[in-house]
Amino acid sequence: MKKKFALALAAFMMMGTLAACGSTNTNQGSDAGNTSGSSAVDAIKEKGEIVMLTNAAFPPFEYLADDGSVQGVDADIAQAVADKLGVKLKIVDMDFDSIVNSLKAGKGDFAAAGMTVTEERLKQVDFSDEYVTSSQMVVVREDSDLEGDKAALDAALSGKNIAVQAGTTGDWYAGGDETTGSTIKDANVLQYKSATEAALHLASGKADAIIIDQKPAEAIVAANEGKLKVLDTKLTDEQYAFAVQKNQEDLLAIINEVVAEYKGDKVDELITKHMGA
Amino acid sequence: MNEWFAKVVSDFQGAFIEGDRWKLYFQGLGKTLQIAAGAVILGIVIGIVIAIIKVSANQRSNSGKCPIVLKILEKICDIYLTVIRGTPVMVQLLIIYAGIFVTMTDGTIAAIVGFGINSGAYVAEIIRAGIQSIDKGQTEAGRSLGLTSGQTMRLIVLPQAIRNILPALFNEFITLLKETSVAGYVAVQDILKMATNIQNKVYNIAPLMITAVFYLVLVIIMTQVQKQIERRLAQSDRR
Repeated sequence: MKKKFALALAAFMMMGTLAACGSTNTNQGSDAGNTSGSSAVDAIKEKGEIVMLTNAAFPPFEYLADDGSVQGVDADIAQAVADKLGVKLKIVDMDFDSIVNSLKAGKGDFAAAGMTVTEERLKQVDFSDEYVTSSQMVVVREDSDLEGDKAALDAALSGKNIAVQAGTTGDWYAGGDETTGSTIKDANVLQYKSATEAALHLASGKADAIIIDQKPAEAIVAANEGKLKVLDTKLTDEQYAFAVQKNQEDLLAIINEVVAEYKGDKVDELITKHMGA
Repeated sequence: MNEWFAKVVSDFQGAFIEGDRWKLYFQGLGKTLQIAAGAVILGIVIGIVIAIIKVSANQRSNSGKCPIVLKILEKICDIYLTVIRGTPVMVQLLIIYAGIFVTMTDGTIAAIVGFGINSGAYVAEIIRAGIQSIDKGQTEAGRSLGLTSGQTMRLIVLPQAIRNILPALFNEFITLLKETSVAGYVAVQDILKMATNIQNKVYNIAPLMITAVFYLVLVIIMTQVQKQIERRLAQSDRR
């Protein structure tokens, strides 16, 4: 009996290893295909559409409009990229924590998801020039007396229930990840799939605070007026950028042209426009 | 060949050994087992109660004298079965977490209750089928030997029923164990959630493969337990 069991286990693990290898191989294959000159842009033009990966629960950068389409600052800039290439824009809505992996696997041409440039992500994908500077902010219920500078907030949040969107900078910050500059200790991090879910569970009392990017924080508070408030203290300084697969310099160059055009006033205008929506 | 082998090894090392990440899998495994075990127990309790209500209501109405209380209970059970079997477990879980345990931060309790209530509906139908699979003569024999109807059920019918339904019951438990993998949606750090967190550091599929192995080992163990019980129950068989 024991022998059979061990054998079955060994067989499965081998299968697992083989499967893992299979996928690594295909990844290498597609990477190899992309290195040859301007193939990325050519392939997009040939397809007639460019695929953007995002998580449409991060207002005002992306959210689902009443008609079910994905709208927001990122969607508008992505549309400009598509227009420049003369192709249709297709937006795929997925969990935030699977975007980088999906991009790497070639499920989309680029990711525009209010994504912060981090060293760890840079190992996996390339980033465009940044188009927005942001910070992690703390959102609390209206009656909360939480306040102070970054160090005081970190200390006050230690050991508390902190709601976050899984896989975001706020998630790592709440978990005390030193690369984010956090000094929070032993917080109970509640990882939700979206920023809006985190807001729901803060309002209901499940969580004591949310740590999330500045603009979504403001949008969440605007949508829950009188119930939630955002604190003034900035926990981090970070930059948003679009992500593309490694070795796609030609696509990156086109995205950078569009980003350069939008950066500054035009992005601010878009943010104002989508904050009201 | 050697190149991808080296990559696979380094992927697995990064996902399991580096930074003591294996501890996270076991933490998550503990959560998964806690939810699954709690839900199985709750499911069995709910299942037995409902099955007995339905079977006895059925028997009494056949003989023409069914008390009104039993009729009402049977109706409630019917509604429960329809609603629970007619909606996805994930939707039920999200509703229970956001709507019933409103201020409870820890999603574990919500997950145990959610999966338990869900499993109870399926277990109830399995047990009912088991009770009804036992020949009527067994009940009649028990009753004519002077046992009460409760004693007949407990001592004669249920033991035989359990043996008949064991494969179906373990099927349900195995399904339940695997279904708990959606608990991550209510901020529970079960094994799959831990694996996704690790995946967000290493960016490859190794954490998912490791999680699959964990689940597979659990299910193999459960299957072995089932076989042992079946063997024990078959000892007195004359077949």
